[in-house]
Amino acid sequence: MTDQMIAPPIPIQAQGEDLTLLEEVASRTAGVSRLEMCIQCGTCGGSCPSADAMDHTPRMLFAMLRAGMRQEALKSNTPWICVSCYHCVVRCPQEVHIADVMYTLKSMAIRAKLYRDSTAPDFSQTFVGMVEEYGRSFELGLASQHYLKHFPLRLPNMMPMGMGMLSKKRMSLTPKRIKHINQLKTILKRAKELEAEQ
Amino acid sequence: MTDYLLYPGCSMETSARAYYDSLKAIAGPIGLNLKEIDDWNCCGATEYLGISLTPAYALIARNLALASNAANGTRTLVAPCSACYLNLAKADYYMNERPKLGQMVNEALEAGGLSYTPGSLDIRHLLDVLVYDIGLSAIEKKVVQPLTNLRVAPYLGCMVPRPDYQHRWSDHEQPIELDLLLKALGAQVIEFPLKTECCGGHMTQIGPATAFEMIRRLISGADEHEADVMVTVCPMCQLNLDGYQGEANRFFGTNYHMPILFFTQLMGLAFGIDPKELGFGLELVSAKNVLDTLGIKAPPETPPAPPRRPRKPEGLPMPKPLKRPKVEELEKEVTQ
Ligand code: SF4
Ligand code: SF4
Repeated sequence: MTDQMIAPPIPIQAQGEDLTLLEEVASRTAGVSRLEMCIQCGTCGGSCPSADAMDHTPRMLFAMLRAGMRQEALKSNTPWICVSCYHCVVRCPQEVHIADVMYTLKSMAIRAKLYRDSTAPDFSQTFVGMVEEYGRSFELGLASQHYLKHFPLRLPNMMPMGMGMLSKKRMSLTPKRIKHINQLKTILKRAKELEAEQ
Repeated sequence: MTDYLLYPGCSMETSARAYYDSLKAIAGPIGLNLKEIDDWNCCGATEYLGISLTPAYALIARNLALASNAANGTRTLVAPCSACYLNLAKADYYMNERPKLGQMVNEALEAGGLSYTPGSLDIRHLLDVLVYDIGLSAIEKKVVQPLTNLRVAPYLGCMVPRPDYQHRWSDHEQPIELDLLLKALGAQVIEFPLKTECCGGHMTQIGPATAFEMIRRLISGADEHEADVMVTVCPMCQLNLDGYQGEANRFFGTNYHMPILFFTQLMGLAFGIDPKELGFGLELVSAKNVLDTLGIKAPPETPPAPPRRPRKPEGLPMPKPLKRPKVEELEKEVTQ
């Protein structure tokens, strides 16, 4: 695929009152999403190892975004099932940043509280809570909180692994805090303010 | 000695200690001088990006800012973890591609007295640095205990060869760098078409059935090709395949026993370093068979490989590789 064959993406508009859903998603995505360039070829769904478990293939989801189906798109389990394997990303003929759009849709679904199963959003939020508190991830704290809430029945089966990880010191009993945690907290606080203004 | 900045990432101190230990043990012999960034923080793994954009990138970018402050004659930042590597590379790339993101992230960093100019660091995965900077022939020269007779499945997972913003790899789905490195160590590298399939990522935490199936596919793929060991380049892949192999076995009623080691551990063995210094024994699925195989002083002739079963059509359709830069050069180096 040469550069000439790919039309340049539409410039992202400033945030405003009358953004279409597609434009809003694009504007909330990290890089230049190229979402509007999707030609509905279906390569993404065909490349996806988790497509079977998805409510909609990435292609269908992008068509829904274009059609302005906000509720349906944000309720879809697709972004939560995406494992960020980037198979679709390297195969998409239009170079749409598919995996990053999935991250955007997750964050929009959390904001709008439109997800149906809280397992994944809870996991992300517990993980991030630990990182915001310590500057490092804390596996034991994360695992115990998360499994007790969402997978209590898995615990007996998990015991051999958990004990192995602890006895081999592959999991620490206490969290580790970075030296300049206050600096990190200040940075994240400012980042959240900036994000809220969006 | 070549100087590099090192971003280890959280796992290297905990679940992937074997990776860190073995990396430290092999760094000296190959002349890799790694300088750990002081007071780095978690990259957010695959979790923060799905919650909130600016904070997620500010979290990553604090590390980039610290690294560029510490850069003294070097601008290469090495990450041994795939997820860390991709996050760092992503922040650098997208802060540039979307200047507005760069501006917001820098505004947040400023609150902590930091800043980062995208593009000022070269962010690379450890495997990339070993293969392309240190070089396969330099690595081969250090081999005193060739891994003869060891059948190894090379496994990279997703986030090293993809999305590959800087076009560093020979291929996005069937890259050969890891194969060549293992061959330079004298190992028998098996044909492993699943080498860049997903390990399940965080699905072990949120959708176990999906994750177990991904783990099963990979392990059974390596087992069918009679691999003695599967080698990874990522703490998350190692944790999923090693740590959850038992639970996946119970889930499917299977009885796989596939040791999962870091490629640096095998490098250390080939360099004649004591397995204890390389984190052997920390794996949950014991890799004793690997040591046994290599402990044999005069290995017997390998029996002819059994006929390979036809590949089951359960893998993703693999398109033909589009480009293979540098590959011929690399192959030449190995055979020299
Ligand atoms: S592969 Fe790309 S162009 Fe094709 S449907 Fe998916 S996102 Fe659209
Ligand atoms: S990145 Fe997500 S959507 Fe794309 S192929 Fe992988 S799992 Fe599917």
